Amino acid sequence: MSTIELEAGPRGGAPAPAAPPSFAPKSGPRALRDNLARIVMWGAFVLGVIPLVWILVSTILKGGSMLLESQWWTNSQAGITDRRVGGGAVHAIQGTLIQAAVTTVISVPVGVMTAVYLVEYGRGRLARAVSFMVDILTGIPSIVAALFVYALWVTTFGFQRVAFAVCLALVLLMIPTIVRSTEEMLKLVPNELREASYALGVPKWKTIFKVVLPTAFSGIVTGVLLGVARVMGETAPLLVLGPYTPVIVTDLFATNMATLPTMINQSRSENLQPALDRVWGAALTLILLIFLLNLLGRFVGRFSKVKS
Amino acid sequence: MKTLRFGQLASIALVGSIALAGCGSDNNSGSGTTAGAGSSSAASDCFTGTLNAEGSSAQKNAFEEAAASYKAACTGAQVNYNPTGSGAGIKQFIAGQVDFAGSDSALKTEEKDGVVETDAAAAFCGSPAWNIPMVTGPIAIAFNVKGVDSLTLTPAVAADIFTGKITTWNDPKIAAVNSGVSLPSTAIKVFFRSDESGTTENFTKYLAAASDGGWTAEPAKKWTGKGEGKEKSAGVAEGVKSTDGGITYVEWSYAKDNDLGVAKIDNGGGAVELTGETVGKAVEAAKPDGEGNDLRLKLDYATKEADAYPILLVTYEVVCSKNKDAQKGKDIKSFLKHFASSDVQKSLEEIGYAPLPSSVQTKVEAAIEALS
Amino acid sequence: MSTSITGRSAVDELPGPDGRGPLHGDGAGTGRLGDRLFGGAATASGIFVIALVTLVGVFLVAQAIPALQADQASFLTSREWATAGAEPRFGIVDLLWATVVTAVIAMAIAVPLGVAIALFITQYAPAWLSRPAAATIDLLAAVPSIVFGFWGLTIAGQYFEPVATVIDRALGWIPFFAQPEDGPSAKSTLAFAGVILAIMVLPIVTAISREVFAQVPTAHKEGALALGATQWEMIRTAVLPFGKPGVISAAMLGLGRALGETLAVTILLSSLNDGAAFSSSIFSGGATFASKIALGIQEANTATSTGALIAAGLVLFVLTFVVNAIARVVIERRKAFSE
Repeated sequence: MSTIELEAGPRGGAPAPAAPPSFAPKSGPRALRDNLARIVMWGAFVLGVIPLVWILVSTILKGGSMLLESQWWTNSQAGITDRRVGGGAVHAIQGTLIQAAVTTVISVPVGVMTAVYLVEYGRGRLARAVSFMVDILTGIPSIVAALFVYALWVTTFGFQRVAFAVCLALVLLMIPTIVRSTEEMLKLVPNELREASYALGVPKWKTIFKVVLPTAFSGIVTGVLLGVARVMGETAPLLVLGPYTPVIVTDLFATNMATLPTMINQSRSENLQPALDRVWGAALTLILLIFLLNLLGRFVGRFSKVKS
Repeated sequence: MKTLRFGQLASIALVGSIALAGCGSDNNSGSGTTAGAGSSSAASDCFTGTLNAEGSSAQKNAFEEAAASYKAACTGAQVNYNPTGSGAGIKQFIAGQVDFAGSDSALKTEEKDGVVETDAAAAFCGSPAWNIPMVTGPIAIAFNVKGVDSLTLTPAVAADIFTGKITTWNDPKIAAVNSGVSLPSTAIKVFFRSDESGTTENFTKYLAAASDGGWTAEPAKKWTGKGEGKEKSAGVAEGVKSTDGGITYVEWSYAKDNDLGVAKIDNGGGAVELTGETVGKAVEAAKPDGEGNDLRLKLDYATKEADAYPILLVTYEVVCSKNKDAQKGKDIKSFLKHFASSDVQKSLEEIGYAPLPSSVQTKVEAAIEALS
Repeated sequence: MSTSITGRSAVDELPGPDGRGPLHGDGAGTGRLGDRLFGGAATASGIFVIALVTLVGVFLVAQAIPALQADQASFLTSREWATAGAEPRFGIVDLLWATVVTAVIAMAIAVPLGVAIALFITQYAPAWLSRPAAATIDLLAAVPSIVFGFWGLTIAGQYFEPVATVIDRALGWIPFFAQPEDGPSAKSTLAFAGVILAIMVLPIVTAISREVFAQVPTAHKEGALALGATQWEMIRTAVLPFGKPGVISAAMLGLGRALGETLAVTILLSSLNDGAAFSSSIFSGGATFASKIALGIQEANTATSTGALIAAGLVLFVLTFVVNAIARVVIERRKAFSE
């Protein structure tokens, strides 16, 4: 892939070998094609932005007013039905954050250590197998992850569908994200740092723990935050494993725990204005949460000591 | 702040989560003032704590309404309902995961997949489990045809429509039962529930019983007729609303909320409009099928009685007659009493259910009184 | 920064003379206790990931087998889906068709568009616009699936009706593009579900393509320009060939996502009734693996009905497995060929 073949001849414009480089104006079909391509690229960008703007604008217009009411942030939906206005989304926001936090706590050690294995230790068949499995995990559809946990948790163990089961399904989706981003970051840590550390007689594990990981720390945090943002918007596992409830629940092993996606799902089942307002309100809240996490991730990324 | 350390980050996270926890409130009583209904009947024996129920989605709205008004009267009480479906509700009840179940069919007395529900429930309870009819939800045949406000259907014609034998609105068979209505030549678009549902089961039960062989398929939760499948009641209602010529079967409340036309049903005793009274009349005519306080109702779908709306769905609360935990028994009793009270039952009519007719209500109240 | 919203990056390391990447550790341990523990923990995590994926497969297979044995129809060739009763009959043909058609439509839109947007961001956009433009497209990934579905059904869907009519008029002579007589409204068709899926996978395709295009050596690009190529010719001869494997793997990852997308499809698609004649049109309804599972799992009370859905999930798992494996092979080959 290192050589460039610039087609000459029939398309015209390529100079004869002996002649001096041609600076003749690019004219005719070539210029036309060039301009056309430019227009197409600009057009593509505009086309890509349209749905985004459309979704954001409709969400803000329809859900924005909900977020301005103070009780949206302080109250749950307890005692409120689809027919009544009022209540808030705090139960769902809390549920989403709690589940995201628990998922992160489980995923991060496994993900980071797997990345450490791949970069610092892994060699040969096992490393290739791990890397391949991470790829498979990257592509696993969320509904399949949910079905797996359902098969394990509900049909095999006979447990109830609880928030913790949701977390397990989300862990499955989050691990590959963390492994991949951490891997990239660890690869960016210059080998000189490791070698300098070894030269001072520092054991390898201490080198990784005290030199390599701290150097890549911000980058890893960024990857984790982006991973959290990804699983937060997942709805399919919640649908299968985490029924909705209108009240505040903080116990992961209690019956149901509300989350923003299930709140949307619940409210959209009724074609009534208060419920529809809640759909858009919860959607906007969720988008804002994910967006903030993304921003935070990028912000932390700026402190990264290693840059690609 | 060149370097973020684990410690710093952890403390930020900690402070954040502490700030989050405990700032939320479940107390919405200030905004729930419209509830009003029934607050007097429950105020006397309020409980503090939580009751969990799970089951039929057909009674979800009624249940939430009752739970909301109960909470308005008893601030310390929280009754949760998880509308996952009747089968799931009964399964969870037998497994002891919920305090009682909501179901749109009574516990089955014959074996299905190796389990006899009645026996399994009784084994779990240590006492017979009772089916208490609590909410009757009429199923509307909802339509949207431009220029047609009023439509009458006989079970035979309805069966022909839902099996795809009649394909246009001006079909002579429809015209024959709608004299005086000008019907357009619009194509009929049937919408059905693509998820498995008790509404589908009850509607097909009706068609099978009343259509005189027009509907031949076995009544089931899964739709076996023709048409276009939509997700949940909201989906079919939305489908009809946005399609000229659309028709579906859906809980009354969804037809109301979406301003859809509701067909009158003529079972042979004249066209019957869907109202609270006509539904109540049909429920009253239902035959009790259980023993003592186990109030199974057997609906007569083919009833030819005048002014009785025949397409019904009765949802039950499935409870242990004697709860192992006496306090739980008291709690359930208190809530169900509230649910069955005439104030609450009347308030349900606004949201598309029909109140229990007084004769049934008396029996229900007696059964609840006998719970412990 | 090389992390992407997808958490994976197509950045490649050029292998050193000893065959390992220049930035890789040396892979050796010292045998001290701390090293053995730490290295052991790392290896254990790796093995845990392998075990996890294996477990997913094993569990799905184990739960699917009893249902498959009870299946009275052929699982791979039947179009029925009746899991209740003593003689369940179910097969995946219709599910496979709807899944593949929606995913293919999504790719047909998202790949060219995503590549064009990536080219715009890396090659065409003025410097001040490049980063915000990239961030804007990434923002699409922050919109949850359920919001896409609800937005598609209640807001955007109605505008697809004229588009469908135009396609039907222009290409209706091909059965694939013909609007069936009694088909569902345009917003509930496979075609529109595909369009929404395209919007959803667009950020993935764009992000990865963007990363590989940004890696094209400046020497290549400047060389092309120095030889008198126009900007488009430079892109065609230097950027696109360099980025091709990256684009292919981006497309594969997007495809994997489109195949398994659940909520948006569940909300949008109209399903067909039992015994409906097979329609090869994109303006027909249907159910994908994922939407079938989402619709059925709530009321799945028997071992057979749950097992049938899990079997469908297994097929979906295998499908995405294959797609991802292909993506993997493409990336590997690219590594082998680069320089």
